[in-house]
Amino acid sequence: MVSIRSIPSEPSSLSPNDLPWRIVHDENRCTLCGKCAAVCPVNTLKLSYMRKRMPRMVLNSSERGSNFKTFVGIRQSTDVGRRCVGCGTCSMVCPNEAIAPVHNSTDRYKFQATAGGDAAKRGGRRNDASSSLLDRIIFNRISMLTDPALDAGRHEFTYNTILGRVLPPEEYIKRKLSGEWIPPTREIFPFIIGSMSFGALSPNMWLGLLQGVAYCNEVLGIPVVMATGEGGCPPWVLKSPFLKYIILQVASGYFGWDEIIRAIPDMQCEPAAIEIKYGQGAKPGDGGLLMWFKVSKLIARLRGVPEGIDLPSPPVHQTLYSIEESVMKMIQSMSMAWNFKVPVYPKISGSTSAKAVLNNLVRNPYASALLIDGIDGGTGAAYDISLNATGHPIATNVRDCYLDLCKQGKQNEIPIFAAGGVGKNGNVVQNALALIMLGASGVHMGKFIMQSAAGCLGSEQNRCNVCNVGICPKGITSQNPKIYRRLDPDKVAERVVETFQAIQVEVKKVMAPLGRSQSLPIGMSDALGIADKDAADRLNIQYVC
Amino acid sequence: MCRLAMKTASEAFSPFSVISAMEAMQEGYDGSGLGLLLRGLEFADYNYNGKDPVLSGIAHTPEALHRLDGIMEGKGFQLKYDHEFETDRSMVEAQDRFKYILRVYKQPDAWTSFTEEKIEEELLMTRIGIRLDGETHGADLTVFSLWPDVGMIKEVGWPLEIGKAFKLNEDRVKSRICFAQGRQNTNYGINLYACHPFFIQGVCTMTNGENTAFTPIKDWLSGKGFPGYMGYQSDSEVFAHILHYVTKQLGLPLQAYKHVMTPLSNAELAVHPQGDFLLGLRQVCRRLIIDGPNAVIGSLPGETCMIAMDAKKLRPMMIGGNPGEWAAASEMCGVDAMIPVRDRANDFQPMRQHTVIIPPDRQELEIWSQFDQFPQNQAA
Repeated sequence: MVSIRSIPSEPSSLSPNDLPWRIVHDENRCTLCGKCAAVCPVNTLKLSYMRKRMPRMVLNSSERGSNFKTFVGIRQSTDVGRRCVGCGTCSMVCPNEAIAPVHNSTDRYKFQATAGGDAAKRGGRRNDASSSLLDRIIFNRISMLTDPALDAGRHEFTYNTILGRVLPPEEYIKRKLSGEWIPPTREIFPFIIGSMSFGALSPNMWLGLLQGVAYCNEVLGIPVVMATGEGGCPPWVLKSPFLKYIILQVASGYFGWDEIIRAIPDMQCEPAAIEIKYGQGAKPGDGGLLMWFKVSKLIARLRGVPEGIDLPSPPVHQTLYSIEESVMKMIQSMSMAWNFKVPVYPKISGSTSAKAVLNNLVRNPYASALLIDGIDGGTGAAYDISLNATGHPIATNVRDCYLDLCKQGKQNEIPIFAAGGVGKNGNVVQNALALIMLGASGVHMGKFIMQSAAGCLGSEQNRCNVCNVGICPKGITSQNPKIYRRLDPDKVAERVVETFQAIQVEVKKVMAPLGRSQSLPIGMSDALGIADKDAADRLNIQYVC
Repeated sequence: MCRLAMKTASEAFSPFSVISAMEAMQEGYDGSGLGLLLRGLEFADYNYNGKDPVLSGIAHTPEALHRLDGIMEGKGFQLKYDHEFETDRSMVEAQDRFKYILRVYKQPDAWTSFTEEKIEEELLMTRIGIRLDGETHGADLTVFSLWPDVGMIKEVGWPLEIGKAFKLNEDRVKSRICFAQGRQNTNYGINLYACHPFFIQGVCTMTNGENTAFTPIKDWLSGKGFPGYMGYQSDSEVFAHILHYVTKQLGLPLQAYKHVMTPLSNAELAVHPQGDFLLGLRQVCRRLIIDGPNAVIGSLPGETCMIAMDAKKLRPMMIGGNPGEWAAASEMCGVDAMIPVRDRANDFQPMRQHTVIIPPDRQELEIWSQFDQFPQNQAA
C-alpha cells in the first residue's frame, strides 16, 4: 500500500511537543547572531527563514488582500538522536535572552528512542525527580537539657573519618607491643570525590579537581581525597606528591594499570587507597564504558588502547571465579603491590546481597572498607533501564550492613562508605550526615561535585545527560579540546575549595545543635527522624510528624 | 541538673556528710533519684571482713526476696550479715519497696579454687542473673552491685529526704569512700537502674552532664559480647563500662581512660611522647569517644578514686581536702560542706586535659595531664 505523503506521519514521526524539551524562541528579541545554533551540542537548532501571511483589509480589487512577511525563526529537530536535551547553552550564549529550552512533561520521544534496535542510553543520572528519601531525614535530637548548644562558628569540631581496616583494641595493643603489622589507615574528610575516570572527565575538569583537592589539603587542612575511577591517572600525577590525595581504582578492564604499575618505583608517596570496582550503582551488571567519542590520543595512551574505539569493561573480573575469591586475591595482590601500606577496599553496587559481601570482608584481614553505590548513582554512560530501575537504594543498604556489623561488634573495624544520590537535589550535607548517622563512615559524591564545582547542567528531568557522547556543553566530560577549553581549571579548583568550605560549615551547623563536636557522629541514629512511618520502621529511626 | 559529691578518707565516715553536700548544692529540680556508693564498709553492729561479697539492691515484694534467697543459696552463698535499714517509709515516694538489701555473704566454698578472674566473672554473672530474674518478674527485684566491700543505695526522691528516710545520719553504716549523685534525668524515664553511680566488677563511675555520643558507644559496647555491658537505662552508664573496658579488658593504666574517651587532636598527638601509640589507640577506640559535657568521678578496686573531665570542659568540678581526706563536688559549696576545714591552697579545679587520681593512701592528689607521658610499660 502506498502511504499518503501529504501528512508527514510515520511510526517514528514526532512533533516538537513530543520531545522532553521544547525550545522557546522570541524572534522579536533575536539579533540573528546565530550563536545558539552554533553552540548547540546536539545540533537540534536550525535558524531558518520562515514566511507568514499578514492579512490586510483591502477595498480596492487591484491590490492583493494579504502581504507576506519573511522572518528568521528557530526550527527544533524532531529526530530522536538530535532532540533538544535542555542543556540551555543556547540561552547562555544568547545576547538578548531570546531563546530557552522549556521542560515538557508530556514527552513521547522515549517510545521512539530505540532506533536501530538498541535501547536508550545516556550519561548522567537516574531520572527520578521525586524527592529523595535522604532529603526527608531530619536531625531532631537537639541538645536542650544539660548540654549547652555548641557554637558552630567558634567551637572546635572533629569530624574526619577513617578509611582503612581498624583492629579491635585488644588486637591493636597486642600487635603494637610485638611490633607486628598494623593495617594502614587514612584520616580523611568524610566527603570524598567519587570515582570519575580520567577518560570520563575532561583533562581540564580533572586538573581543576586535583588542584582544588590539593588546596583543601595543603592550605586549608581539610583532608579531602578523590577517586579516579577506572582508567588510570596521568603519569605526572602518579609520580607527584599529589598522589596521596588520590584513590586509584582498578576495575574489570584494568585500564590504566600498565602505567600505574610502571610508575610504582618512581612514586614519591603512596596513593590514598586502592578501590577495586566490582559494581556501580548507576549500572549494576555492567563494567565501565567509555564510548569511542571520548577515546582521544591522551586517553588511548593512558589506557594502552588504539584511539577512537569503544572501551567497554567486562561486567566482572574475568580472571576470577567468585566474589569471595576475587575479593581475597585482589585485595591481597593490591596490598602487596604497595607493601601493605595502602588501604584496599571493594566498591559494589547497592544490592540485597551487600551484607554477604560485607561479611566476607569482615573475615578478610586485609580488606579496608566497603563502598556501596546505590541506585541513584551517576555515570558517564549507561542504558536508561540500568540507570533508572536497576540497583538498590543506598539508605537501607547502609543501615542493614551497619546493624549487621553492630551485632558482631565490628562496626569500627570495617568502615562502610555510601554513594549514590548523595546531594542529588543539592542537599549534600543533609544527605551525607543522614547516611553517616545511619552507619556510614563517609560518602562519595560525583554528580554533586560536578554540579557544584563545574556547573554540570544535568538534572533528574533528563536534562543534558549527554556525558556519554563527549559533547558536554560545559566541557566537563568531553575529550574534545574545542569544548573542554570552555572550562577553566583554576575556576574549577576555586569552586572545589568553596564547596568543601561550605560543606564544613554545614556539617558544624548540624553537629553543634546535636551536641556533637568530638567525633563524626557515625551511627548516631537516635538523632534521626522522618515523617514516614514505614521508612522510620525500616531504618530503625524515629517516626516524627 | 545532676550534682556530684564524693569523699574519700582514711577513716570511715558517715554517708550523711556527702548527702549534706548534695543539699548544699541543691538548685532547681533534683528529685529524679539519689544514688550512693559506699566503699570500704564499716557497720556499727557487725565486724565486716572486706573480702566478703556484699549484695545491694531492692526486693519489691516478699516473693522477690524469696526468689533472691533461692538464687543466692543455689549458687552456694551463705548469708553472714543482713543490714536492716530502719527506714521511715513515709519519707520515700515509692510504695513498692518491700526490703532494701545490703547483705554480706560468704563466698561459695566451690569458688575457693577459682582464679581471681573467674571469681570476678562469677560475681558478675550472679548479679546479672538476679537482675534478669527481676526483669522477667515485672521488675520486682533490683540489684545494684555484688562485690566485696562495695555497697550501693539508690532511691527516687530528694537526696536529703532519702538520707533521712534511711537514717543514714545515725552512723550504723560508714565507709571510707562515698559517692553521691542527685539528678534530674536527661534522656529516659525515671528508673532505679538509671541512677548513678554505675557499677561493674569493682569499677564504678558517676557523671553529670549529657553524653550525646551515647547511642554509638552503647551499640559498640553491646557488640563486644561481654555480659556486663548491658542495661544502658542512662547515657552515663557507658562511662563505667568504658573505664572497665580500658582498665580491665585492655589492661591499660588508669590514665589511658582519658585518652580513650577524649583523645587528643592530631596536632597535640604530634608532639606527645606517646603520640604514635595514642593515635592508633584513638582509632581503635574511636567508638568510645564521648561527647560531653561531662565530669566523671570514678572508683576502682583498691580504693583508688579518679576524676576526669570531658574535652569541652563545660561541667564544673572542684577538688579539695587534706592529706587523708579528699572531697570532690560539682560546686565549691559541696566541697565546703564535706571538708570545711582544709588548706584551700590545695583546692584544684581540673581542666579539660586533667585526670586527678586519689591513690589509696590519700596523701596527695596526683594531677595528671593528658599532654604528659603516662605509665605504659611496653607499648610506649
